[in-house]
Amino acid sequence: MRKVSKIITVIIFIFLYIPMIILAVASFNKGSDISVFNGFTFGQYKALFEDNVLLPLLLNSVIVAIVSSLLSTALGTAAAMGIHRMGRRARRLAMGVTNIPLTNPEIVTGVSLALLFAFFGTMLKIKNVLGFVTLLIAHITFNLPYVILSVMPKLRQMDPNLTEAAMDLGCTPIKAFFKVVIHEIMPGIISGALMAFTMSLDDFVISYFVYGPTFVTLPVEIYNYTKKPLHPKIYALFTLLFIVILLVMVLMNVLQARDAKQRREIAPLRKKVRQ
Amino acid sequence: MSKELIRLVDCCMAYDGEQVLDNLNLYINDSEFLTLLGPSGCGKTTTLRIIGGFQKPTSGTVLFNGVRINDVPPHKRHINTVFQRYALFPHLDVYDNIAFGLRIAKLSETEISSRVGEMLKTIGLVGFEERKVSSLSGGQMQRVAIARALVNRPNVLLLDEPLGALDLRLRKDMQVELKRIQQQMGITFVYVTHDQEEALTMSDTVVVMDKGVIQQIGTPEDIYNEPKNAFVADFIGESNIIEGVMLQDRLVELFGRKFPCVDSGFAPREPVDVVIRPEDVDIVPADSGHLCGTVTGITFKGVHYDIIVDFSGFKWLIQTTDFHPVGSYIGIRLGPEDIHIMKKSKYSGMFGDYSSYSAEYDEIGDSELEPAESEEAPGYEE
Amino acid sequence: MKNKFLAGPYLIWMALFTIIPLVIVLYFALTDSVTGRFTLANLAAMKDYLPIFLRSIWLAAISSVICLILGYPVAWCIAQTGPKVQRFLYMLVMLPMCISFLLRTLAWVAMLEDTGIINSLIGRIGIGPLPLIRTNGAVILGMVYNYLPYMIMPLYTVIIKIDPRLVEAAQDLGCDHAQVFGKVTLPLSVPGIVSGITMVFVPAVSTFYISQKLGSSGTTLIGDVIESQFKTAYNPNLGAAMSLVLMILIFICIGLMNRFTGDDDEVMTL
Repeated sequence: MRKVSKIITVIIFIFLYIPMIILAVASFNKGSDISVFNGFTFGQYKALFEDNVLLPLLLNSVIVAIVSSLLSTALGTAAAMGIHRMGRRARRLAMGVTNIPLTNPEIVTGVSLALLFAFFGTMLKIKNVLGFVTLLIAHITFNLPYVILSVMPKLRQMDPNLTEAAMDLGCTPIKAFFKVVIHEIMPGIISGALMAFTMSLDDFVISYFVYGPTFVTLPVEIYNYTKKPLHPKIYALFTLLFIVILLVMVLMNVLQARDAKQRREIAPLRKKVRQ
Repeated sequence: MSKELIRLVDCCMAYDGEQVLDNLNLYINDSEFLTLLGPSGCGKTTTLRIIGGFQKPTSGTVLFNGVRINDVPPHKRHINTVFQRYALFPHLDVYDNIAFGLRIAKLSETEISSRVGEMLKTIGLVGFEERKVSSLSGGQMQRVAIARALVNRPNVLLLDEPLGALDLRLRKDMQVELKRIQQQMGITFVYVTHDQEEALTMSDTVVVMDKGVIQQIGTPEDIYNEPKNAFVADFIGESNIIEGVMLQDRLVELFGRKFPCVDSGFAPREPVDVVIRPEDVDIVPADSGHLCGTVTGITFKGVHYDIIVDFSGFKWLIQTTDFHPVGSYIGIRLGPEDIHIMKKSKYSGMFGDYSSYSAEYDEIGDSELEPAESEEAPGYEE
Repeated sequence: MKNKFLAGPYLIWMALFTIIPLVIVLYFALTDSVTGRFTLANLAAMKDYLPIFLRSIWLAAISSVICLILGYPVAWCIAQTGPKVQRFLYMLVMLPMCISFLLRTLAWVAMLEDTGIINSLIGRIGIGPLPLIRTNGAVILGMVYNYLPYMIMPLYTVIIKIDPRLVEAAQDLGCDHAQVFGKVTLPLSVPGIVSGITMVFVPAVSTFYISQKLGSSGTTLIGDVIESQFKTAYNPNLGAAMSLVLMILIFICIGLMNRFTGDDDEVMTL
């Protein structure tokens, strides 16, 4: 049984990475048909760097991802603190609301927001209501639950006396948060923010319903592109992105491993006297 | 003694309609070591948290030096706390933990350095400045927690079961050490524990609580020797609690037999609870005893034996250094000093019979806190 | 503590952008697209789309089951390795999700096309072009590929939390490997299985891109129909009615699933 599942695991990992390999190979293809390899070239990469359509779209995606993940992290962390302090019934209700965007299909979230914006657009007589703001609102909305769900467990793990200890030693509640609590829940905040950032960067379905012609993100454009033939420089772009993400993840992994090791081994040896 | 520092007047506390403190009245003198003692859920921690400012009483007044402080937040009180599981800041090292309060008070770094150094000397952790708190042992964390509070030179130090997580040996050492620190610094300690031995060892004053009500306030000797009711008698040490009738001053009837005693001030023929400590009973041959019974159980305890003796259906615990095998018929003698008379209370009849006694008896009651739950959502970095 | 008011802005936000939009969906579903008057016609029209609803549910259900069968051994294998390898493998599972799923689906199109990579490879050894794309199978493949990580993650999280002493206890009480799995490991993984199936089923049942690219007009899913009501046919009232029905269907499914795990409202924690 152990052997069978090992074989399945290996096959699944290959399966997961087949498209990545195809995209990477296609990025070095001379021809523009992804399924026929016509010879090796760096031409697609050159074309990518001279391009003035894709890169601005990528920049748009990054802007939305950064702004929405920052705002949702701040709002979500505050919310998690609040929910953590709530009574049982109020907390259930708040978590129920948090679960709505998670359990609702993305397309329903997208459609409902599109209708909301259209509704308010007509009510307030704004002509082209869809744009950066609507996109940002939508992204913050679907990011918030992820932030809350990664901060809440850290709050639950934290010794509840820590906040009181800080206040006992003279901190105002706000000072206690910045001097103590934030350090404790930082891993949750960071992973929530990262999750929000990647979700937002890659989001297509919801963005597709709430974007406006004035502000288009990369995934939306790729979808619109795929109705006509795709330019292979997109493959080059995504191969580069893949490598960047791979490097970041490996780096994070190494840092984490080293951190964990340090905490286990080195800490007891440090006995130096402070001067 | 010295002047009064803190006074709680008619303090009540209720959560969700459940009464946790019921009209509590208590005063604490300057420089005294006062212990709030009771089983879990008796309201002792709530009382401590009210003094610390972490909770506001539902009704009643908290006075500090005669000034009402109900609405003063914790960070503005000259009171510091040693928390149950230390609550050391995991992101700071030992030095920074101790210096935390001084930095908040914006003292100069030279002043901080000298005060922290002094504190480290007091707690015997010189050389540990740069250690991560997570690398410390339980006893060391305990000392850091105490230092972190004391370095601020508070008027009062609150300690919430500070030794609960330590093993027995370390707990005994720390008891002595805490008492030494308290006397050396002359600070008022308000100490919460459910361990009666701890309370008796360290305190100037012990406050025994149950169900949100103070049962007795007194010196350790008073509490042990003159318990006010069956609850206190049972909670502090081992005791046999027997129903009796006070015939007149200094004469009580037990098991149909008259015994001289030292208590007075009861109505004639008033029913009372009588406490007899297991170590006060003298065992004699059956023919010369005041009462006679059969040994039904014996447990070796090291210094002495715990024996259970059946006196016509009522089982007593008696401590003796001599071996009496199960089944042997023995007599006991009680001197006037060995008999403590208590007024009847709502606790009468609830304690004192050792019918269900077993060697593990001592360990029941001690409820430890559950370890914190550790659910974790997988984040991106995991 | 007044800290709980920190959740105020969040709750207002969620009311504005989650609850009110759903009310508006309801409003649109119950009004006529031209006159704006109350009507049940949109909901009544759902019966014409019944085959599409059924097909969506059917394909998504098959994909969920395949994901479970494939994902469980993977999650289990990852959980058996040392902590360092574990972290690395977990990262490998997550990594594909960081790349646009549109492009990854396109790569599958390139694989499966009539003139695609697989067909040109087998063409060389004389096997004629196989009809790989524009089939139900291709759509299921696309769903499994895209949502498999969502199955592996919760399974893995649950499996590593299983106390190894329980396995030892079961062995001690006479279970062989298969019995340990069937009587201890599998029952204890149920919360992960439920949450994994939900996390695969919900996006699969509502997808529209995968079926557009890998399917044909015969494999239209409910997501495609909703999308077209908003983007091409422009009948948002009908689209809203469909969204409403889809949402209710999914909530019923999740409700039924959660029956299996008891009342645990935080199962859905990714």
